Amino acid sequence: MNLAYRDVRHNLFRFVLTCLGLSLLMAVVLAMIGIYNGLVADALNIVKAPKADLWVVEAGTQGPFAEASSIPSETRNAIARLHGVAAAGSLTYQTVEAPFRGDTLRLYVIGYEPGYPGGPEIISEGRSIEKSHFEIVVDDKSGLKVGDVIRLGRNPFTVVGLVKDTMNSGGDPAVFITLRDAQVLQTQLAPAAQRVQVARDQGVFKTQDNVAAVIAKLEPDADPQAVAQTVRQWKHLSALTQGDQESILLLSVVDRAKRQIGLFLGILLTVSAVVIALIIYTMTMEKLKQIATLKLIGAPDRTIVGLIVQQSVALGAVGWSFGLVLILLVKDYFPRRVVLEPINAAALAGIILVVCIAASGLGVRAALKVDPATAIGG
Amino acid sequence: MTVDTRRVIVNVANVSKHYGEGDARVDALKSVDLSVHAGEVVALLGPSGSGKTTLLNIIGCIIDPSAGKVILDDELVYDDRWLRGDLRKLRLDKIGFIFQFHNLLPFLNAQDNVALVLKLAGKSSAEAQRRALELLDYLEVGHRKDAMPALLSGGEAQRVAIARALANSPRIILADEPTAALDSKRAGVVMDLLRKLAAEHDACIIAVTHDEKIYDRFDKVFHLRDGQLDRGEAM
Repeated sequence: MNLAYRDVRHNLFRFVLTCLGLSLLMAVVLAMIGIYNGLVADALNIVKAPKADLWVVEAGTQGPFAEASSIPSETRNAIARLHGVAAAGSLTYQTVEAPFRGDTLRLYVIGYEPGYPGGPEIISEGRSIEKSHFEIVVDDKSGLKVGDVIRLGRNPFTVVGLVKDTMNSGGDPAVFITLRDAQVLQTQLAPAAQRVQVARDQGVFKTQDNVAAVIAKLEPDADPQAVAQTVRQWKHLSALTQGDQESILLLSVVDRAKRQIGLFLGILLTVSAVVIALIIYTMTMEKLKQIATLKLIGAPDRTIVGLIVQQSVALGAVGWSFGLVLILLVKDYFPRRVVLEPINAAALAGIILVVCIAASGLGVRAALKVDPATAIGG
Repeated sequence: MTVDTRRVIVNVANVSKHYGEGDARVDALKSVDLSVHAGEVVALLGPSGSGKTTLLNIIGCIIDPSAGKVILDDELVYDDRWLRGDLRKLRLDKIGFIFQFHNLLPFLNAQDNVALVLKLAGKSSAEAQRRALELLDYLEVGHRKDAMPALLSGGEAQRVAIARALANSPRIILADEPTAALDSKRAGVVMDLLRKLAAEHDACIIAVTHDEKIYDRFDKVFHLRDGQLDRGEAM
């Protein structure tokens, strides 16, 4: 005869309602974990997307994600000729806001050279860029569909393909256009500004042939550190391995956001622990007369402790389960990517179990202090 | 003068209880002696604060006396200190409690409320359920075995509570205002039942009551005044 189960069954509606409240809290905790993971995953995705072994950037910078980097586009040919380099490609990165059907889309524009490394690896729908100008491949989170036309700068671009899970660390969906279009987008002046330039006798403003980075894919037997060291001999260039680039991103770009979310997660878990403790304490206080009766008729402490701890753990388990189901159902509706791994859910289950057992301590303490004499008399 | 040859089940000798010290000292019981025999049904009467509940709690091994001896069912259990480490086990083995408001656990049905005591005493689930049903049938509430306490009438709930008190066949039954929540007809029925149980189970029943309409159902009535117990009045 399990007293905890019987008590829960007797007060099922109230228990379910309490679990529902707790599950909302658990869903928020899981959402925060998912957002935290999403932030890291997005940041790494954009670095991992070109599948590069080496990043060549402007000397003295940690570009192109941590800070601005600008190098001549001919650098790509020089890098491609280095011993151990299999292929190299130039890339530009910039964030733009583009009007689309009454809304403003914030997009992370990646310029790449079709046929060279740096473009989208897997197209989930449509095709990759085949024309030299005005075609665009977009992340599906942007809301754009194949065939849509969107104006970037002064030119309309036609969506020819979709990719998945390609966003920058700020959560802006990535779009791919040709390097040439990206350079024009980066430097082209508005018509009025162009006329001012001509009027000042400065001539038509020319697009600069600079890129943010050159990525290199190495031969299987090449040592990335050795190739990087060779690149660093050019004083105007710096070279980062893929591992370096990922570390820079995690340590400098997303670190503060990561810590902020981590702190918020800690506060949420503390709030959850306090809420669970209060619920269990209140549930116990409501049962003091019954607990006194149990003591009076001879129930040992382990029966009473079991009643409280089992209910506490059941509350946590049901709250966690409902919360998990809830977040799995709604996670795709979040504006930022929510990435939940099984290990996250399992870790939270472990934490909630510990919290529930610890939180039931208050209730257990109150129960063990109850004088059985209180069962006698009105 | 007749001598009661039945075995003494409860023997309280020279028991005192005080709360506080010095000027704040309150003597709840002053050198109380009480013997209750097998089959006997006795009442403890007295105004509020006279020490009735304190004496009941001491016999029930719930509170410590300040001095004296307590012998329950031939076992010396208190002699200036409790001689048993586990008083709850002692209560489980020897004492049954009946409360004013039945105190049935609201989340267990009638049968499980009775069976719980048997389970706590180590009986198997099947045996506990069988014995619980027997007791409920004996008290004529077997047909309500599946009912939750909230759905039982006052009389039914009190019968289930009596069944629970009897579950482990205790030799001592302590009752706190067992008929206070019942009308006079049902109070009489419950008292007759308790008398019958005491006789059949060779147990003694000690009840604290204010209910004058049931005084005649007791074998003996003891009056407590200012912590002192009189010699008892046979009814």
